[in-house]
Amino acid sequence: MTMDVELRIRRFNPEADTEAHWEAYRVEAEPTDRVLDLLHQVKWYQDGTLTFRRSCAHGVCGSDAMLINGRNLLACEYLVKDAGTRITVEPMKGLPVIKDLLVDMEPFWEQYRSVMPYLVNDEVPEDGRERRQSPEERARYEDTSRCILCAACTTACPVFWTDGAYVGPAAIVNAHRFIMDTRDHAHEERLQIMADPDGVWRCRTVFNCVEACPRDIRITRAIMEVTNEISTVSGE
Amino acid sequence: MTLVRTDAAARAAVRTHDLDAVVVGAGGAGLYAALELKQDLGPQARIGVISKLYPTRSHTGAAQGGVCAALANTEEDHWEWHWFDTVKGGDYLVDQDAAEVMCRDAIETIIKLEHLGLPFDRTPEGLINQRRFGGHTRNYGEGPVRRSCYAADRTGHAILQTLYQQCIRAEILFYDEYQVVDLAMPGGPDGGVSGVVALQLATGEVHSFRARAVLFATGGFGKIYKVTSNAHTLTGDGVAVAWRRGLPLEDMEFFQFHPTGMYKLGFLLSEAMRGEGGILLNGEGERFMERYAPTMKDLASRDVVSRSIYQEIAEGRGIDGKDYVHLDVRHLGAQVLNEKLPDMSGFIRTYFGIEPLTDLVPIQPTAHYAMGGIPTDIDGRVLADELGQTVPGFYAAGECACVSVHGANRLGTNSLLDILVFGRRAGIAMAQELRSAADPEPDLEAELAVSRAVSELRGRQDGERAATIRAELQELMFTKCGVHRSGRLLEECRSEVRALRERARHLVIDDKGCRYNTDLVEALELGFLLDCAEATVESAVARMESRGAHAREDCPERDDAAWLKHTFAFRDPDGGDARLAYKPVTVTKFEPKPRVY
Repeated sequence: MTMDVELRIRRFNPEADTEAHWEAYRVEAEPTDRVLDLLHQVKWYQDGTLTFRRSCAHGVCGSDAMLINGRNLLACEYLVKDAGTRITVEPMKGLPVIKDLLVDMEPFWEQYRSVMPYLVNDEVPEDGRERRQSPEERARYEDTSRCILCAACTTACPVFWTDGAYVGPAAIVNAHRFIMDTRDHAHEERLQIMADPDGVWRCRTVFNCVEACPRDIRITRAIMEVTNEISTVSGE
Repeated sequence: MTLVRTDAAARAAVRTHDLDAVVVGAGGAGLYAALELKQDLGPQARIGVISKLYPTRSHTGAAQGGVCAALANTEEDHWEWHWFDTVKGGDYLVDQDAAEVMCRDAIETIIKLEHLGLPFDRTPEGLINQRRFGGHTRNYGEGPVRRSCYAADRTGHAILQTLYQQCIRAEILFYDEYQVVDLAMPGGPDGGVSGVVALQLATGEVHSFRARAVLFATGGFGKIYKVTSNAHTLTGDGVAVAWRRGLPLEDMEFFQFHPTGMYKLGFLLSEAMRGEGGILLNGEGERFMERYAPTMKDLASRDVVSRSIYQEIAEGRGIDGKDYVHLDVRHLGAQVLNEKLPDMSGFIRTYFGIEPLTDLVPIQPTAHYAMGGIPTDIDGRVLADELGQTVPGFYAAGECACVSVHGANRLGTNSLLDILVFGRRAGIAMAQELRSAADPEPDLEAELAVSRAVSELRGRQDGERAATIRAELQELMFTKCGVHRSGRLLEECRSEVRALRERARHLVIDDKGCRYNTDLVEALELGFLLDCAEATVESAVARMESRGAHAREDCPERDDAAWLKHTFAFRDPDGGDARLAYKPVTVTKFEPKPRVY
């Protein structure tokens, strides 16, 4: 059963346009097609200038987060039967648009890098084997280790829209992953980064990030756990 | 805006970067090599990683089930057993000295990854947990063994993240979103490699990266097939660039089809679903793998299971007579599905709208992994010929390379092991070579040629779209050079690939701009795909036997007397038949035997 879908796409090419504008395309789709399939139909057979990122096409690489029908979603995970026959697609908010649906991710990566997103521990056990960690200890950071850095959460956050200096939910999620890891030796240093005025305290628990996360990571819970950890360490 | 510039202007516009070593590709192999280089050469070393994506988008991140190493954390295991399984899994086309290195190094490599921070699942004692996987056995084939180390069903994600994180810590220089188009080889094939030429996607500028050692870790080329688990970006770029430069490609006829692709979509449902107890059912509800592989059943090696599914479908026992069968995981229960296989369960719910706890899952074999690629020795040095001559300054590791540890069919989990072990070994070998290598000679001709090719493509006003030709190529390769092959089908495939290649000389793109021209990138990628497809089918036509993933109806038996040897295919510069040479397989311990699971 094919459906006739109207795809309205927010286009902007600074090489040619003075400002962003909407363009509409008609495509035929199966109900189980994903929005990414529709974007490909347009790009491959109607207008090769349409520009967006994508790679794995099944929700694990994090390339194709965009604003679809007003919500941050991965285009490869959103099916036409759920999106309807009139679909609007826009770039994520809060990051500069480079071309069409493709945004400048550098501010996002900069925030990610700012939280020391790596295990700090250069000691090796005497027997040369793996460090021990119980399943319960590992479970503390299981949820946040699943982040695919798609930026859907951070670019759905109104605090981030208002002030790009806020480190944002994705960076906090990735800080949490190490703060909760018993093997890590940079615990306090990372908590200090989180306690910065542009750090974790800026969260206003709007829950947009939780709604936007394609991995269903419990982001506000992670943020709360980080604030609790800061309070514990500072002795409050 | 002028579309065709003079050569002098084009040359002046090339941006150059002087680095010590350049790694192309930011998946597991590339990142591990970069880390090792930095560690060996010290903080002042300029190690660059170039990727056409952001590193965290690399396809290593899509690997699911695990990475094998005989840690023996949950039951008795030995790296020699792993070695045997790898050789047998590869239908004895594996170079046994290379597989020995991989299986022995596996233990130390996995432990080191844990030290770098990888969030492995744990046993109650706090050790790295392990589970069963297809083709991995105890005591040389007696039955399944728990050898796969894993992080839920996103082991590749965990590996990619961990290595990228440590690369950030080590201050590796990342060049994100650059498309590599050529190698710098100023002295021709004998003179060695001294860098790469790339397009910066953000600006469309040509960049020349000059370095004394170059590693290709560019991944596979599953996009030559219609149904594939591979990402859109897996277009064989590095493999094709090497082939165009006159270097050989090894064992390209061996392409693995994974048994459990999601029907029509091609995405993978991990072998871990069968490792945890899932079974395959045909249209009659029969567990048909009991007939084909009495001991290992649903956990026989992938080529065996894929061919069995093909056979069931060919004999009319697909579901409702169609071209798929069922994967049954209902009996695994909610806890296993949600905790050990959460991503898989999520894919099934999202894309099929069904519930794995209560519904049967439609699956079909999907093009998954290239066993062949750029030939290398056990330290990643690229081979210039079948006699073992190496190319100075040039290395390859991961799926784009062929060591060969996978032979005619790769075992599940050994791809992650391959990228880690040989990425790391390549990094160590490069660091050694760098201590004595001369300063890199620029290849001004290559820089200019890339500028010209790009200008020409941008300037062309009439022609065919890349997407049309790509779709025809993918359909062609899937039906005539896939799970099931014959001499007739392969001959047809070869001439049709050539016809497509001719048509692709006249591509037109809509986007004539410089900024993030993904239309242009897709046109370049089609060229790479056509080269990979051509090398694949040329190698397949010549191999008159069935072995591992290469199964021919017209010669159904393995023929060790004539074909226990690796194919080395060289491109004909005039567009004619590839030149094929052969290299003996290294057999050190395990004499070839009939392969029964």
